[in-house]
Amino acid sequence: MTDLTELTIKEAARLLRLRSFSASELVTAHVERIERLDRRVKAFLRFTPELWEKQADEADRRILRGDLGPLVGIPMAVKDVLCVRGVETTAGSQILRGFKPPYTGTAVSRLFDAGAVMLGVTNCDEFAMGSSTENSGYHPTHNPWDLERVPGGSSGGSAAAVSAGEAMIALGTDTGGSIRQPAALCGVVGMKPTYGRVSRYGLIAFASSLDQIGPFARSVEDAAIVLEAMAGRDSLDATSSDRPNDVLRDFDAGVKGMRLGVPREYYEVEGIESGVKAAVDKAVKALRDAGAEIVDVALPHTDYGLAAYYIIAPAECSSNLARFDGVRYGMSTEDAQNITEAYTRTRRRGFGTEVRRRVMLGTYALSSGYYDAYYLKAQKVRTLIKRDFDGAFEKCDAIISATSPTVAFPIGAKTQDPLSMYLCDVLTLGGNLAGLPGISVPCGLSNDLPVGLQILAPQWREDTALRVARAYEVASGVRAEVAPLG
Amino acid sequence: MPLTRDEVRHVAMLARLGLEPGDEEFYAEQLGGILAHIDRLQQLDTDSIPPTAQVVEVANTLREDVPRPGLSQADALANAPAPVDGFFRVPSIQEEA
Repeated sequence: MTDLTELTIKEAARLLRLRSFSASELVTAHVERIERLDRRVKAFLRFTPELWEKQADEADRRILRGDLGPLVGIPMAVKDVLCVRGVETTAGSQILRGFKPPYTGTAVSRLFDAGAVMLGVTNCDEFAMGSSTENSGYHPTHNPWDLERVPGGSSGGSAAAVSAGEAMIALGTDTGGSIRQPAALCGVVGMKPTYGRVSRYGLIAFASSLDQIGPFARSVEDAAIVLEAMAGRDSLDATSSDRPNDVLRDFDAGVKGMRLGVPREYYEVEGIESGVKAAVDKAVKALRDAGAEIVDVALPHTDYGLAAYYIIAPAECSSNLARFDGVRYGMSTEDAQNITEAYTRTRRRGFGTEVRRRVMLGTYALSSGYYDAYYLKAQKVRTLIKRDFDGAFEKCDAIISATSPTVAFPIGAKTQDPLSMYLCDVLTLGGNLAGLPGISVPCGLSNDLPVGLQILAPQWREDTALRVARAYEVASGVRAEVAPLG
Repeated sequence: MPLTRDEVRHVAMLARLGLEPGDEEFYAEQLGGILAHIDRLQQLDTDSIPPTAQVVEVANTLREDVPRPGLSQADALANAPAPVDGFFRVPSIQEEA
């Protein structure tokens, strides 16, 4: 008997059409698995039974009508930063406890229209600020491969849900690596699209020039299917684009004749583990054996990426988070004597340590007398980093490297030292600063924990990133599997 | 170099964060540590480099200026901690004379 919680979209869609099982049965199988496992994994913050019942019924009716859409009836989890009308959405923060959005964001509503069935809301670092999901204002999430370890972050709940077989697909957001890094640590596929590929309408903003919504899945093809359903111009996000996104056309064309860039700076980055290096070296060899030409490229400003990022992202967040004032929604204090006291009391109680740290850092960098030295300087360095990638892509079609310098680390290992946590994203944040599409695919294990291979492509070339990822998946035989969890 | 406690207080005031006892020392040290890393940006000569605010070349995106439905008053107020008669209630913003 097929285990309904270990299928990919492609397999599930075929079996749904053959009436091997119904969409309602597919959802029930996932709900039962959640009931069995999520007390230990804690991927979810809340469940949405009223939605999954209605959407599964609707999916079954669509299938009866002969609707062949690939996402009809597919069980999905949604990160707690994406607004869904009437569903409590809190960005992992106490300050938004009880907030029920009056509208549904574009990416989610497009997936609903395509027939996906929402299971619930997944845990994340507060306002997506973190690399371990330990900054959640509710509880940490546990890595399905080793429950004593973090799932990565900030979209750790979504990565863990897909890894544990609790959801077939999930949505995350990636501002500095928050999809790719947890995908790597949980052994699943995670993709950050080009900035502007997916509408951000209905996403609770962290850093608006860096944020992108993207999919988690257990195969490269599934990630491509979800991306395709979400992508495209939306009148509600002025930065969204209608550039062609034909990601499945040359999906299986392989890498023969493609040039894949290997940046030395990424392979010798501070703190990279030897087991990670070995798994990635093996992946590079598999791609070479599959016909790719491996070329050296340079990203000379890599050492400055983290510094530029930790000015730009906090500066944007300090501005975005000014809206949480206790007046229009969320947490509020009853007994304030004046408006300033109301603001400060609400924000003192509502925001956790990492959010406060970044709001202060950003406020400092933007404050009078420091703007030129920090914010303007960081924006100029962003130009240099973008130029690094432009230069590299003159020599190659895509850049391959590790996604994270380390495998999943023990819960608590980095919480006392913010800089060590920030270094988790040292290989991913360049993609955000330059607006590139990037994907992480599983490339084996180190000490029985998953390692991720990152593929970065030029802007708007999701098709290239997915084609290389697919070629690797085929050539290596390494597939995203449901974690070996009781 | 750690920030001074005055700087932490000033930044917290600007961001309306409100500090707990012990926060001044805690954030002075932590922000100082992060800024020490960030200071490496000063090694780069960027005099002739233009700043980048966003990376995708999008020009101004305009739409027809025609009325369209927005949130209803009830929807807009549904999450308000203290709605009163169709308004958001806030504490006084001016001291009494």
